Amino acid sequence: MSAEIYEEEYSIDGKEFVAIGVASTKIKAALKMLGIPSDLIRRASVIAYEAEMNVVIHGGGGIMKLEIHPDFIEIIARDEGPGIPDISKAMEEGFSTATDKIREMGFGAGMGLPNIKRNSDNMEIKSEVGKGTEVHAVIGIKRE
Amino acid sequence: MKLREVIEVLSAEILCGEKSIDGIEIQNGYASDLMSDVLAFASPYVLLLTGLTNIQIFRTAQMLDIPAIVFVRGKMPQVDLLELAKESEMPIIVTKSSMFDACGKLYANGLLPCIIPDRQGG
Repeated sequence: MSAEIYEEEYSIDGKEFVAIGVASTKIKAALKMLGIPSDLIRRASVIAYEAEMNVVIHGGGGIMKLEIHPDFIEIIARDEGPGIPDISKAMEEGFSTATDKIREMGFGAGMGLPNIKRNSDNMEIKSEVGKGTEVHAVIGIKRE
Repeated sequence: MKLREVIEVLSAEILCGEKSIDGIEIQNGYASDLMSDVLAFASPYVLLLTGLTNIQIFRTAQMLDIPAIVFVRGKMPQVDLLELAKESEMPIIVTKSSMFDACGKLYANGLLPCIIPDRQGG
């Protein structure tokens, strides 16, 4: 891969629960096409999918962005939803504010943000109540 | 364990992805109705066993490179899930066995569990 940065932005509809995962599927396909190692693709896919889920169920829609740099992958998810009042609480495994509808689908067990963190080499959340939330997740690419 | 053997052991019905079946061999299984936990704990290329049937089960599997899904308790996956699975030729299998029964039979035939990592606050 050249030193150029690959960048793509995906818009996420906040009303379509069935469409959750469409953007992540595109992200996964882009990483595959660019020859990223499969273990990194899997980590990035899980991050993207968890983040996309959050953007829909908590943020009411937003965007996701994929950036591939020479030595790292960055996934950014942004919504203009209600924001997270207590980020450290939201990072606790098992803490969830998901609705029954989401739980019936098999999600909302309070694993999403910790799982994003576990799959990232570096993760940052910026959130402001009433304004929205932005998650940055970075995965390093080690080159032989 | 070959996916073909899984199907025999579970007396399961193949709903789609017949063409991919003979190329799939799995070492581990993960059984859950909680996709949050599948995303957190399933190791790569596992066989997923579940009783949930919505489209997000397929997407979860796809993100984790899960090669096939077994629906237990005779649960039929929803139409939109099946359509996506057909497109990507992922085998979708249905067994009348309960989750416990299906897991027991597969374990007895050599399918291994996933290792749940130690973590804080879990």
